[in-house]
Amino acid sequence: MIINSRFFNRSELIGFIALAAILFVILPLSLDAFRLNLVAKYLTYAFVAIGLVLCWGYGGILSLGQGVFFGLGGYCMAMFLKLEASSVENTKIQSTPGIPDFMDWNQITSLPLFWQPFHSLTFTIAAIILVPGLFALIIGTAMFKRRVGGTYFAIITQAVAAILTILIVGQQGYTGGINGMTDLRTLKGWDIRPDHAKVILYFVEVVLLFGCIGIAQLIRLTKLGRILVAMREQEDRVRFSGYSVANFKIFAFCMAAVFAAIGGAMFALNVGFMSPSFVGIVPSIEMVIYTAVGGRMSIFGAVWGSLLVNFAKTSLSESFPQLWLFGLGALFIAVVLAFPNGLSGIWSDYVQPRIDRLLASRKSKPGSAWADNSVADGAPAE
Amino acid sequence: MLIGHQPKEFLLAVEALTVSFDGFKAVNNLSFYVEENEIRVIIGPNGAGKTTVLDLICGKTKATSGSIQFRGKELTKLKENEIVQTGVGRKFQTPSVFEDLTVFENLEISYPRGRSVFGSLTFQRDSAVKQRVEEVAEMIFLKDRLDTYADQLSHGQKQWLEIGMLLIQDPDLLMLDEPVAGMSVSERAKTAELLKRIIKDRSVLVIEHDMKFVEDIAHKVTVLHQGQILSEGTMEKVKNDPKVIEVYLGH
Repeated sequence: MIINSRFFNRSELIGFIALAAILFVILPLSLDAFRLNLVAKYLTYAFVAIGLVLCWGYGGILSLGQGVFFGLGGYCMAMFLKLEASSVENTKIQSTPGIPDFMDWNQITSLPLFWQPFHSLTFTIAAIILVPGLFALIIGTAMFKRRVGGTYFAIITQAVAAILTILIVGQQGYTGGINGMTDLRTLKGWDIRPDHAKVILYFVEVVLLFGCIGIAQLIRLTKLGRILVAMREQEDRVRFSGYSVANFKIFAFCMAAVFAAIGGAMFALNVGFMSPSFVGIVPSIEMVIYTAVGGRMSIFGAVWGSLLVNFAKTSLSESFPQLWLFGLGALFIAVVLAFPNGLSGIWSDYVQPRIDRLLASRKSKPGSAWADNSVADGAPAE
Repeated sequence: MLIGHQPKEFLLAVEALTVSFDGFKAVNNLSFYVEENEIRVIIGPNGAGKTTVLDLICGKTKATSGSIQFRGKELTKLKENEIVQTGVGRKFQTPSVFEDLTVFENLEISYPRGRSVFGSLTFQRDSAVKQRVEEVAEMIFLKDRLDTYADQLSHGQKQWLEIGMLLIQDPDLLMLDEPVAGMSVSERAKTAELLKRIIKDRSVLVIEHDMKFVEDIAHKVTVLHQGQILSEGTMEKVKNDPKVIEVYLGH
């Protein structure tokens, strides 16, 4: 295989087991279907955050437009589900039966050409990966080959997010406009709305999430992962070591886009609708905040960041709707200033060393393991 | 000058090279030739355009006009990474190493294999890579620091690491920009020894201010002044050139 060292080091292995235990066992056992579905919604952002770890944390490419790819993936999925929900039988009260309801309201009388292939699930799944991937390839090639980077790139991704939102809202007859695509019902005849379906979808999502974690970890461990780090620090040195920096940036950006798109597709399935409010500037920035809070260098941190910030968002925005956005902004500033490596940085700088010391002192003096002084003057780790 | 008839044995032929930044000609109609296995030192006062010449050869700066031929290939049309792949290596003035990577990883990235996106995904750290990295690490006095992150190294060690990164590329033309600047006396002596060893079997283009060092290694010296060649030849000849004494050595 292409892996040089072990797939996970010890602390990563602990992180992996802990996350797997919580997502596969503890949460499904302790939460009701409604809450579990909320977790599923939060986890769709974790896909985006993992992509941002590769692209931003490792490659140093800050994209403030990941909502675009989340949205493209989500809309591809939603288009398939919407078509299935708009069978002639379901829509016989419309003036044109067999087309999605919002088209009918907008006096469109036949299904537009670009909607036709979304009758096929195979095509839809391919489109979820390829449409955002190709779009990222085009943006990436146009920007990185011309050496547009840093803040300029971030601003352009913001602009793309704004443009796509305006496009979706403006083309109401083709996209469902500001309301988005609602009333998604079945996947190949299987009803996605009842509780037991939500639970199955949750597990499908978690499996996909671990698939993405695995791919990201695999990339991180190859030489490409090290080149991304090298590029972030000394772009010229990488160039003058014989690498095409632009191609590596394009690759990282496309991977991040594909991960985001998978998240978006799972969002459409789990939440049951898709709308432009998950595409634009604000959600895109929020996705960066999840990554920053979790720790932009940590794949597991990204998952934790998405879960915790969204959990806080749900609970706080219920009680203090006006204050929530200020709180989110303050959180971002605090993390960037005080903990640039986020939660995972706090863990590896403060918590992990204590655990290591504790384990080391236990090993060296069995019996008196829990005495306080044995931690304080603990033997150095072997 | 030799414009027009260019014998085949030149490794590098720079002809009528000009670059202007907003009308200011940092390098003005410059021509010079470097032979195989030649050690050429470029000296000149500050702002003479020395670093710009290296930037032009390695593609960091695009020439306004003129040509740079390396083994008959026109470099001015190639991208930086393509120029590296034809066999030109460049060391920068300030040490540019990857501080978040270990010494081993720094050297490994410079190993000339798996330079495409797909190639780097499937790159394997096999025994050939390990052996070469260890070989080079020994040469640059960092053999016992392979697992050290580069940000832990001293300034001099970073310079050595970057030299090592070039060495592992095995370029036919090595360009060094002030390789001993900012080093302690003992580091300087060690670096001189290192450079003498690595400049065998390849052509080298060096910018350096340390005259003793220049005298030690140079086959030929080119003196630049205001983007043009003031004098060229052996150190002895250049030293006694009244024009050179006036603008440079006399100060």
